[in-house]
Amino acid sequence: MTKKKLGPMNLYPLLPRTNCGECLPKTCMGFAVQLCERGLTLGNCPPLKAPEFQANHDKLEALLAPPVKEIVIGKGEKEIKVGGQLVMHRHELRYFNKTAIFTTVDDTMIADDITSLVQETSSFSHPYIGHTLKLDGITIRSRTGNAENFRKTVEMVAGLTDLPLILWSSDPGVMSAGLGVAGDRRPLIYAADESNWQEMSELASSTGCPLAVHADGNVGTIRSLVSAISDRGVKNLLIDPGCGFGEALPKSLDNMTMIRTSAISGEDSLLGYPLIGSPVTLWDQGNSLPGEAIRWMESCLASMMTIRYADLVMIRDPSMWSTLPLVVLINNLYNDPRKPVSVEPGLRVFGTPDPVTSPVLITSNFALTYYTVLSDIEKLNCYLLVADTEGLSVDSAVAGRKFNAQKVADIISSSGISKKVTHRTLIIPGLAARLKGDIEDAINWDVMVGPRDSAGIPAYLREKWDGVDHKPGWSYR
Amino acid sequence: MENGQEALIRSLIKLLAGDSELELEGVTLTAKELTLSLSDLSGLPAVTGFVPGPEPMAGLVDIGYTPSVRTYPGKIREVILGSTRGDGGSRVRSVAIGGASTPPFHLFEGTDPHSPVVAGSVFDIVPPLPGPVKESFGDALEDPCAWAKAWVDRYGADLIDLDLISTDPYLKDTPVKRAVSLVEDLLQAVDVPLIIGGSGNPEKDAKLLPKIAEVCSGERILLSSATMNMWEPVAKAAQEFNHVVLAWSPIDINQAKELNRKLMGYLPPDQIIMDPTSAALGYGLEYSYSVMERIRYAGLMGDRELQCPMASGTANSWAAREAWKRDPGLGPREYRGPLWETTGALAFLLAGIDLFIMLHPGGARTIEDIVGWLADGINPPTFPDFIGVGH
Repeated sequence: MTKKKLGPMNLYPLLPRTNCGECLPKTCMGFAVQLCERGLTLGNCPPLKAPEFQANHDKLEALLAPPVKEIVIGKGEKEIKVGGQLVMHRHELRYFNKTAIFTTVDDTMIADDITSLVQETSSFSHPYIGHTLKLDGITIRSRTGNAENFRKTVEMVAGLTDLPLILWSSDPGVMSAGLGVAGDRRPLIYAADESNWQEMSELASSTGCPLAVHADGNVGTIRSLVSAISDRGVKNLLIDPGCGFGEALPKSLDNMTMIRTSAISGEDSLLGYPLIGSPVTLWDQGNSLPGEAIRWMESCLASMMTIRYADLVMIRDPSMWSTLPLVVLINNLYNDPRKPVSVEPGLRVFGTPDPVTSPVLITSNFALTYYTVLSDIEKLNCYLLVADTEGLSVDSAVAGRKFNAQKVADIISSSGISKKVTHRTLIIPGLAARLKGDIEDAINWDVMVGPRDSAGIPAYLREKWDGVDHKPGWSYR
Repeated sequence: MENGQEALIRSLIKLLAGDSELELEGVTLTAKELTLSLSDLSGLPAVTGFVPGPEPMAGLVDIGYTPSVRTYPGKIREVILGSTRGDGGSRVRSVAIGGASTPPFHLFEGTDPHSPVVAGSVFDIVPPLPGPVKESFGDALEDPCAWAKAWVDRYGADLIDLDLISTDPYLKDTPVKRAVSLVEDLLQAVDVPLIIGGSGNPEKDAKLLPKIAEVCSGERILLSSATMNMWEPVAKAAQEFNHVVLAWSPIDINQAKELNRKLMGYLPPDQIIMDPTSAALGYGLEYSYSVMERIRYAGLMGDRELQCPMASGTANSWAAREAWKRDPGLGPREYRGPLWETTGALAFLLAGIDLFIMLHPGGARTIEDIVGWLADGINPPTFPDFIGVGH
């Protein structure tokens, strides 16, 4: 049978049922609904902390436990959570805890190379609709198999960054040396396999660090390992079923899908742990591809693993061209699908616009279009009309007739912009160029065709707007 | 649970999933815990069962694994594009897509009869194109037929997509007659199946696409596209001349369904391919991704109006400024742009897309390589020669 769907009525009887009003929904039933949708957590209910509710609290915690366990890697400000997934498909609710990206150094690299890779990883940053996209951690891999080399490398990396770490060796002696210098930072121990699982379990148990379980391509072996290791009391696990392209690709992809399906639909608790994709291993496979081709394939494989449920991926280095598509993809898929695609239509004011000299621009109310335009014009003094395109981007809205002369006329009149500016010139997106004549007829304003991409707006205004006689003195803030 | 009871419960679940009314009278269910889960993915319970095996391995007890395999009552229709000489056309081969009876690349649940295919995108006039695309085609861009030939001969495209953008009254307003003669030239220039698109101007497309359908009679082309604003002339022409219609909807499963329903009034269902819109990576990709996933699962769970194969205008990925912007901080454009398009394609591949329309050969070859590996795994990569071209 498929997993019983958790509803508010499963939770409500266990709540205080006093409607004390200390949480935002104010009522216990409202709180139960929020718990189900994961908008709030048990911690948001102060009365539940009382000793008489301890038993109920524990029951609620068990009911709310996600079928894929949430695991913490690292400590302090930069610690990350991975897993905690409730659903197979983001449209069923949402994905939690964005897939973490770790870059990789090893103990054969010279100090300068390690330093620059760690620094590039720490400083990786890309602005994206209102926030900054970053990388999550560093994997330190033992290639020499020498415990002292590993200890030195781990010590060096730990000194360079406070990002979470993964320690990679299949030799318990080497791992122990690494944990000796970084064990207190709660790194992920990577990895327990058929040959070393007893010793690795000991290390995880004595340090309290999470442990990865690895078995190339064999889910049966993974289940056996998880069962044996968790019997020893080590419960904070991740699973890496192996990763490759070419002939290895079908199995790599299928194992990820099978494991997550079993965990969520099949209630197989032995597979209910976060998944690791390790496309960094492409660099080991002795293939004859040129370096940039391996990097390309590594990025493709990391994206495929991410789409198929990886909660953490390991890549070699943070090369911008190959890492950015992956970072943006993760950000897209882990976005909450319950959030609206559109923003409110209406008038937005930027800076301190002047009624005589400040330009009036117009765009669609598709959230991504709006935020992109916003980031390009927020330092200007201007007015922006957001037309109701029913959440479509400008080009789709023009094609689908959701951005047309009538819509423009509607927003001109409902926004009251005619009272804010004395001029009568509207700048439309370049992608709506074909509507210029129609719009002019409908609103009786001059229409100027702006750039096709909003990044060009500041330059466009510098060139075109200053030159028009009734708009002297237009300036940047 | 006894077989009889299991069959009863399965039929109950089926009934409920179909929104039918159900009355239980004089029925005693003795199953200990009967859970009817009505999420759109669980029309039938998953079949699980673990095979215990006491084999010791290095101190481990092998407890085995049986995947959680579902059954899907629905099937995606098979659609054929292109008609060979034997079938009254002039194509060297036809291309079949669709036919899936399991979710995309759930290999443990079953394999699909047809792999996804890639069409190379060409235009009747050269639109603003990113550098890496220009470099890949060079002078061939000046002539749509040469552009198409480069796609087929150099880059192994399965199909060609020609978009007649200059017919737009607001662009060049190229007359229907001239556009049609270009299509006739293209039929001579390449021998793969064709996708022919208008400009997206509903009035002009309503005149143009039926004429295209007429001159391509017998070739079983894909007419691009029918929309909620303009579908009847395309549907009629496709019905009369035996072509396939691309049904475009704006990231909206209900509109996609409604348009298919309208088209199915005129056309056999195997003459429809859906385009649920492919938003660019970073610019709404997730909305497209989820609509595609929902459409595919709805089809597999039995919604007959959503059992059409899906196409993706993956070339839209180039709308993202990260793909083409000259910005050294973002890395070399000759790799970054094509990878941006490829990453979008990979998301759509795993969401259920059967036909990709792509702009850059490096991305097209990558998708062909990956699809080949997932089908039989043995082909050497072909993409490396075509990435990193231009700047």
